Amino acid sequence: MSAPGFDVERIRKDFPVLGRELPGGRSLVYLDSGNSSQKPTQVVETMRDHLTWHYGNVGRALHVLGSESTEAYEAARDKIAAFVKAPSRDEIVFTKNASEALNLVAYAFGNPVGEDERFRIGPGDEIVISEMEHHSNIVPWQLLAQRTGATLRWFPVTDEGRLDIDGLDELVNERTKIVSITHQSNVLGTVNSVSPIVARVREVGALMMLDASQSVPHQPVDVTELGVDFVAFTGHKMVGPSGIGVLWGRRELLDAMPPFLGGGEMIEAVWMDHSTYAPVPHKFEAGTPPIVEAIGLGAAADYLTAVGMDQIKAHEKELVAYALEALPEVPGLRIIGPRTPIARGGTISFTLEGIHPHDVGQILDDVYGIAVRVGHHCARPLHLRFGIPATTRASFYLYNTTAEIDALVRGLHHVQKVFG
Amino acid sequence: MIGESMYQELILEHYKHPQGRGLRDPYDAEVHHVNPTCGDEVTLRVKVADGGKVLDVSYDGQGCSISQAAASVLHELATGSTVEESLSVVEEFTRLMQGRGQVDPDEDVLGDAVAFAGVAKFPARVKCALLAWMAYKDALMRSQG
Ligand SMILES: Cc1ncc(COP(=O)(O)O)c(C=O)c1O
Repeated sequence: MSAPGFDVERIRKDFPVLGRELPGGRSLVYLDSGNSSQKPTQVVETMRDHLTWHYGNVGRALHVLGSESTEAYEAARDKIAAFVKAPSRDEIVFTKNASEALNLVAYAFGNPVGEDERFRIGPGDEIVISEMEHHSNIVPWQLLAQRTGATLRWFPVTDEGRLDIDGLDELVNERTKIVSITHQSNVLGTVNSVSPIVARVREVGALMMLDASQSVPHQPVDVTELGVDFVAFTGHKMVGPSGIGVLWGRRELLDAMPPFLGGGEMIEAVWMDHSTYAPVPHKFEAGTPPIVEAIGLGAAADYLTAVGMDQIKAHEKELVAYALEALPEVPGLRIIGPRTPIARGGTISFTLEGIHPHDVGQILDDVYGIAVRVGHHCARPLHLRFGIPATTRASFYLYNTTAEIDALVRGLHHVQKVFG
Repeated sequence: MIGESMYQELILEHYKHPQGRGLRDPYDAEVHHVNPTCGDEVTLRVKVADGGKVLDVSYDGQGCSISQAAASVLHELATGSTVEESLSVVEEFTRLMQGRGQVDPDEDVLGDAVAFAGVAKFPARVKCALLAWMAYKDALMRSQG
């Protein structure tokens, strides 16, 4: 049934927590990887080993530990570059998370320190996002619009939960400076088709950023093939640690951008009244970075590569197809998002008629040990668009099984019994 | 099955059959409170007689079973009592909810509201239980002011 060579039971052994017993003797059913994923032993051990035997500050210590740390940190950059097929390792900037990567690019615009025409922005200029964005890809652009007087615009979302690009040619026009949309929705599961948008962005000479927080962990991503200018993603959703994220950007654009944060390591030379800056990526990595977290993320990329991103994608497609069949059996259940497993990932949000998601999540957790997320999932405007205050969200990853989806369905029937 | 102890029969009863729901005239004060973390909301009105007797507590809102049942229980307890009595119930209910499950509730004061004792062990849900009760306190203050 599974993709050839893919053994979910073997994979589960790499994640000891999945075998954990919760208080009251429940076993854990973890369906909240869209929120944050669990970590395999390989990642934990790599981090522990580095902290125990090789730790020093990076980039500035001459001794053995300092050079071992620097080597491991920079090797992690190589691994991430290879993982997303970046043309150059220097195009990989380590950040704290996806939110910081998005903010870094937003702050490059309208910044008097920068001189490049492409990042100049003011009244009359436009920024384009979409209605299905995570708050992390909304608020930085709202702030940019407020700082500069530019106008914020957005793609609507169809009733089926797809990006509505009917108005593309009007929405993205000569006044557009940047388009930033999600590659995969963290609520709807929708995978957006990037190429028609990028084609229009090129026609009008704007820039394009992708929030790939929900795609890089779940499918092979090739930044060159996508053809965009910037890609943001975050370590903790891809079996890596929290505290580390990534900005990929085209070298030539990163060179043209002003620095984001100032501090140690991002400089070339400093005088009392001015400074010159280090070449990318270090220009954007002020201060001591999350060293062990970056190394852990490198180990995560190794882990995912060893399992195979194509295999992971196929496995999740199987899970989501199964869930899309099974969930509608639950009376009163309405899926918010595409109901076919086409161009969508393993994230399913839904409502249960007359039952608040908090009640759903609480019963699933307390009675069955099923961890789902309830609320607006940091995408309030999308929930407003569908006229609902909140949803329950199940999100799958490489270590989930159809048996866990069966458990979810059983749990939901029980929720119906309690509140029906 | 720790959690189901939070959903006491009485809470589910009030959730399925809310008492006194719907906004009514006349009223002295109306307030609207929201819980920003989950979007639960309540609009609540109070009508107080000259002698300090609470003539009506009417409300409307949306949210989880805990927040809706808490509003229903509040209506039952407050309507017909005096401002002073009902405020002492609010105080005891707040003490119970904020007690992390360590507080021994005074059943004589709380009546049916004692059914919410289990909620105090779930910090994420305490705000749900308190939503209507805080709105009531606010509405009383305004009606007196
Ligand atoms: C689509 C999307 N974008 C951005 C983020 C933000 O990631 P982080 O909190 O790691 O910055 C998330 C995750 O919460 C997400 O799902």
